[in-house]
Amino acid sequence: MKLQRMNRRALTLGALAVSGALALTACGSDDTGSKSSGGGSSASAGVANTSSIKCDNAKGQLLADGSSAQKNAIDAWTAAFSQACQGVQINYKGSGSGAGVTAFTQGQLAFAGSDSALKPEDVEASKKVCTGGGQGIDLPMVGGPIAVGYNLPGVDNLVLDATTLAKIFNSDIKTWDDPAIKKLNPNAKLPSTKISAFHRSDESGTTDNFTKYLKAAAPSVWGKYSGGKAWQAPGGQSAPQSAGVAQQVKQTAGAIGYFELSYAKDMTTAAIDTGASSPVKPSTDAASKAIADAKVVGTGKDLALKLNYTTKADGAYPMVLVTYEIVCDKGNKADTLPATKAFLGYIASTDGQSILTQNSYAPIPDAIISKVRTTIEGLS
Amino acid sequence: MDISTKNTQAPPPAPQPSVAEQKRAARGATRPGDRIFLGLSRGSGILLLVIMAAIAVFLAYRAYLAISKDHGNFLTTFEWNTGAIPPVFGIAVLAFGTVVSSIIAMVIAVPIAVAIALFLTHYAPRRLSGPIAYVIDLLAAVPSIVYGLWGALILVPHLTGLFSWLNDYLGWTGILSWDGGPPRSLLTVGILLAIMILPIVTNVSREVFRQVPRMHEEAALALGATRWEVIRMAVLPFGRSGVISASMLGLGRALGETMAVATVLSPDFLIHGSLLNPGGGTFAQNIASKFNEATEYGRDALIASGLVLFVITLLVNGAARVIIARRKEYSGANA
Repeated sequence: MKLQRMNRRALTLGALAVSGALALTACGSDDTGSKSSGGGSSASAGVANTSSIKCDNAKGQLLADGSSAQKNAIDAWTAAFSQACQGVQINYKGSGSGAGVTAFTQGQLAFAGSDSALKPEDVEASKKVCTGGGQGIDLPMVGGPIAVGYNLPGVDNLVLDATTLAKIFNSDIKTWDDPAIKKLNPNAKLPSTKISAFHRSDESGTTDNFTKYLKAAAPSVWGKYSGGKAWQAPGGQSAPQSAGVAQQVKQTAGAIGYFELSYAKDMTTAAIDTGASSPVKPSTDAASKAIADAKVVGTGKDLALKLNYTTKADGAYPMVLVTYEIVCDKGNKADTLPATKAFLGYIASTDGQSILTQNSYAPIPDAIISKVRTTIEGLS
Repeated sequence: MDISTKNTQAPPPAPQPSVAEQKRAARGATRPGDRIFLGLSRGSGILLLVIMAAIAVFLAYRAYLAISKDHGNFLTTFEWNTGAIPPVFGIAVLAFGTVVSSIIAMVIAVPIAVAIALFLTHYAPRRLSGPIAYVIDLLAAVPSIVYGLWGALILVPHLTGLFSWLNDYLGWTGILSWDGGPPRSLLTVGILLAIMILPIVTNVSREVFRQVPRMHEEAALALGATRWEVIRMAVLPFGRSGVISASMLGLGRALGETMAVATVLSPDFLIHGSLLNPGGGTFAQNIASKFNEATEYGRDALIASGLVLFVITLLVNGAARVIIARRKEYSGANA
């Protein structure tokens, strides 16, 4: 009897503690939300967002998986979306683009996220899942600058161009006082420290996009590598995940590494000399400008982009990656279709895209995102 | 020796009980309980074989799919690019890194583990040996990712001193020269693995040393041996096969360690002459870091590399069994 009472009391206490903690954390996230949006002009963004989301009686659970690069963006969207549409649960696991596409072509997901557009064989595989003659299509949703962070005390405004960057990352340039770097930075006091260039040790869409840039903008140096998600150039150091690379760069004097902009907090990043009037620092605006130069190369409803890495537009940061959401153009699963359309419709909307900059991502330029919106409306 | 063992194992020579025993045994085998138990245990044994065979067939089939399209030599290529067209990959660097880092770990860990075990069983006061053994047990329970984090944040920065010292005094050997990069090399991995396998080797060795018959030790003492001589002449020969088994358990963990290696090493696909320069890789680390983004084909390739690790582990265990079998006369069974 006594024991039971004790148990019950413990239970109530536990329940109190849990609900209290939940209430507190809820307050906490509200606070930070209003703070971060208060910084910009959209102090009432949260409210406006929820009102603009159309739920259309969407219900159920959306399973999604894929690129870890866009995980933070999806999380932000999910938070806003599930406030408005209580009936929908979105579960996005960021296990990587490859895993996402594989799971999608096996019919496990409502949509997948990927750093690179579907390959022909993936499209072929998707036809089994998309019933009624449909196939998988790419919808560009999130852009992001790939920042080059470095650890060189006393040097704040490092400028690099594609060729120098390529030579640093394939070990042709070994010290920081190399003439090629000096020439781009005549006023900087460059030490004779050895360069430790860090790349990813795991296969990664960031590596894929970074080397695509090097291949396009510095073909004389990087042309001999085939590219892809695995790092190929000799030398240098490696670390797992963007977080690992960023941490190593912070820890190691003379280090340089590449990662998405959101990992470049408390770190100096290099500006890129693109041939424009002045070198461009990585920022979400600069990335959007570069994506605006991209061409849609997908056929039919597919909106895969071909980025222009050699853009010389003023203020355009050329080292960008675009992550896609992958769905069936026709033949999506009937029970998840309304929720999928509602969620994708929201993230492609003006409100959805405006959340991106708060999380160090770049919105997709208007010309392209408007095509995405029309495609989403036509999904069946 | 052989004769004496046979004598102890054979039934007592008195005829009556032996006949009774035989009858009982014969009757027992036909009882339903015994038959059920026989069936269950035989079934379990067969099930184990079937599971192992199924795993081996699965691994071999997927590995075959990958290797048949590999445009490099699977055994000698210094590259891992399964996304390329045509795909090129090979396990040379992984095999080298796995074996070398495990050897380093064994060289560091086994002597220390044996020393700890001897200290606990023969030197430490009883009040001290209990808590120390308990703490070592706890070390074994720490998850490997925690070792990895500790390694990356604490061990790696603190190894620069050791590395530059090694480079100053032993750099001329080539294998211990250092180019000044961050100390995220095979030696770092070896040191971390040594710490990770220490508890298991220590604990098993301690149990073995505890089993040394008191008579052996007392006999040696009676002949005027010092404590060190007792250990050298009675304890170590008795415990040798046990220590070898313990080391093999540790080696198994070192060969297959994944997360800690992936966190501490700076992997690349080159074999470096020096153990101090960053680079190299191990099977488990490579599988862990490549699996997420791998395509179907990439996964097959990783499975092929896993199969090689499987084979290496089998070879190592087989070798250990041979060594232990050769030293059987020292083992506790017939002491």
